Amino acid sequence: MPPQAVERTTRLIRQQRGRSDALIEVLHQVQEIYGYLPPGALAQVARELKLPLSRVHGVASFYHLFRLEAPTAHRCAVCLGTACFVKGGGDLAERIEGRLGLRLDDPAGNGTWALEHVSCLGACGQAPVLVVDGQLEPRLPMDDPAALDARLDALGLTAAADPDPNGAS
Amino acid sequence: MAATPQLQLRCCAASGCRSAGSAALQAALLAARDQLGGAAEAVTIKPVGCLRLCGRGPLVALDRRGGDGQEPSAGSTELYAELTPEQAPALLAAATGLGEAPTAQRLDPAHPFFALQKPVVLEGCGVVNPESIDDALAHGTYAQLRRVLLECTPEQVRDQVKRSGLRGRGGAGYPSGLKWDTVALQPPGPRYVVCNADEGDPGAFMDRSVLESDPHRLIEGMAIAAYAVGAEQGYVYVRAEYPLAIERLRLALRQARGKGLLGSGIAGSSFNLRLEVRVGAGAYVCGEETALLASIQGQRGTPRPRPPYPAQKGLWDAPTLINNVETLTSIPVILREGGDWYASIGTEGSKGTKVFALSGAVANTGLVEVPMGTTLRTVVQTIGGGVPGADGPDGGVKAVQTGGPSGGCIPAHLLDTPVDYESLKALGSMMGSGGLVVMGETTSMPEVARHFMRFSVNESCGKCVPCRAGTVQLAHLLDRFVERRATLADLERLEELCTMVGATSLCGLGQAAPNPVLSTLRYFRQEYQAACRDPDQCEPLDACVLQEVTR
Repeated sequence: MPPQAVERTTRLIRQQRGRSDALIEVLHQVQEIYGYLPPGALAQVARELKLPLSRVHGVASFYHLFRLEAPTAHRCAVCLGTACFVKGGGDLAERIEGRLGLRLDDPAGNGTWALEHVSCLGACGQAPVLVVDGQLEPRLPMDDPAALDARLDALGLTAAADPDPNGAS
Repeated sequence: MAATPQLQLRCCAASGCRSAGSAALQAALLAARDQLGGAAEAVTIKPVGCLRLCGRGPLVALDRRGGDGQEPSAGSTELYAELTPEQAPALLAAATGLGEAPTAQRLDPAHPFFALQKPVVLEGCGVVNPESIDDALAHGTYAQLRRVLLECTPEQVRDQVKRSGLRGRGGAGYPSGLKWDTVALQPPGPRYVVCNADEGDPGAFMDRSVLESDPHRLIEGMAIAAYAVGAEQGYVYVRAEYPLAIERLRLALRQARGKGLLGSGIAGSSFNLRLEVRVGAGAYVCGEETALLASIQGQRGTPRPRPPYPAQKGLWDAPTLINNVETLTSIPVILREGGDWYASIGTEGSKGTKVFALSGAVANTGLVEVPMGTTLRTVVQTIGGGVPGADGPDGGVKAVQTGGPSGGCIPAHLLDTPVDYESLKALGSMMGSGGLVVMGETTSMPEVARHFMRFSVNESCGKCVPCRAGTVQLAHLLDRFVERRATLADLERLEELCTMVGATSLCGLGQAAPNPVLSTLRYFRQEYQAACRDPDQCEPLDACVLQEVTR
């Protein structure tokens, strides 16, 4: 564990006055530091919140948004909510799987990219939507394959072995 | 009328329009105003919340007001959709009478989508700047809180809520006044008030829109609720998938504390209230009230049996009032206009208005608030415009899905059903939180049912067996129908298992998980039968076996 990150974790737990009911908030912030929740960080949180590690791990593994493994460099989420489903979200997921050569919801992805599903982002008016590295991408043109390919290319979602991280606009 | 009308451009800055580029558009409008100078200087440009027609963002409303202090409705309002930053100068020129407005982008405010809406909860949505408490105060927010604290007893407040006939807008429809009474009449001791903003139903974005558009109204409603039940501490539980809503709510809370509208001795009274935001971490089950309470206390979000209900034993075993965003946001208007006024809207059993999030295969997608009792046909066809490019008596609509994974699919021939709690329940669906997803002719119903079942499999918390294992088995059975390899025995098993999971699951998630299957079985049974393999029972099957072979 890098000492700086350990120190920051201690500080943020102190900000919550060590209250154990702030566990979820603490885990959110720790995940922001590391990008995920490494075992050492969970142990530190348990120690400093005076909770059994089993409880901390139980909470961390219960919620979908907490990651227990290091994330890939780039991440794409495809919404499979009802509106996106009706508007072809499933096809969109398959298309991206094919483009990137990976499986949906495999956290390891293709090494560079991982593709996960989300249940609904509340952006149903813009369906179907993607989230590419934190950026919401609305209204993917499912009825126009050429335009769709162009959009996905522009987002850097290409099969290229080494996608240019600056290429995504 | 004054000689020169006041001009105001309201730019939608809710997350729908933001993803469509509203921030760049607003910046371009500001730049264009500076460049034009002269007459354009008098144009106010402000960010607002949702302007309703989310499918065609970014949206901008242009108000031409007669005089000072008048509401925008007093003058004329023009609405523009799908604007690009390049069109900003043209829009400003048109506003000041120097040029032609981009007519292709102009929407007709008399269109049923706008004209048939009745804003009560959404009164301030798209009108106030969600990031400015001064703007909210100028539009009357917190006036009811101040009045109530000075003039009313908690009993009087609860009485108005009871008279209004307001029922919980999270889906179950429990009478709010009754719930408030239950909490208030518990033995003395600490109490909590909790706002459930864990809007997890796929296809629902009403609460997100309220949080992003008018957070101060929600805070006012919560503070009034806290006063009415005697709570001094409250939490808003928001799902983490709504970052903009969380940001704006946190800002609004800071502003309200700064103005003495939260904290100790609110508005000169002896009433104290601390409000905190708690952010979820992606678990649909946390929308269930007992799971939500566990999550607020930093635990796994698993439900527990009721009773005791949270109104009796909630957070840290103290009486806890849990209401949904829309319910609490209705409160200030109810107190301003009176419970009887609110009760005059809607139907006998379902009073007031309901906000719907209209999406899916429909021309006009967005946020719609209509009186209870409006027919689904009005909402989907007249307001929503039906399925794009389709016609026919039902506008190309095959079914309307309400209530998310706990609800069902209502077929087109029942579109004349009025929207209220009882009517939707009688059809095997439910009001739910308000997501309305329109499905066109091409949507396969067994696929829809599997879609929801997979959702329930993913979101089952694992505490009780019927839900944890039953949903998985149901999803496997549905796979067989979707892949057209089911038998009639599967159909029987499917129905049996649906009944079992519904009857024996611990919480609402499991109990309602079979609803999408049961309702599609009820209205679209032929699609399930057509997917069965038994050649004696159904003909289309041979065709599909052949297809598989030739492939």
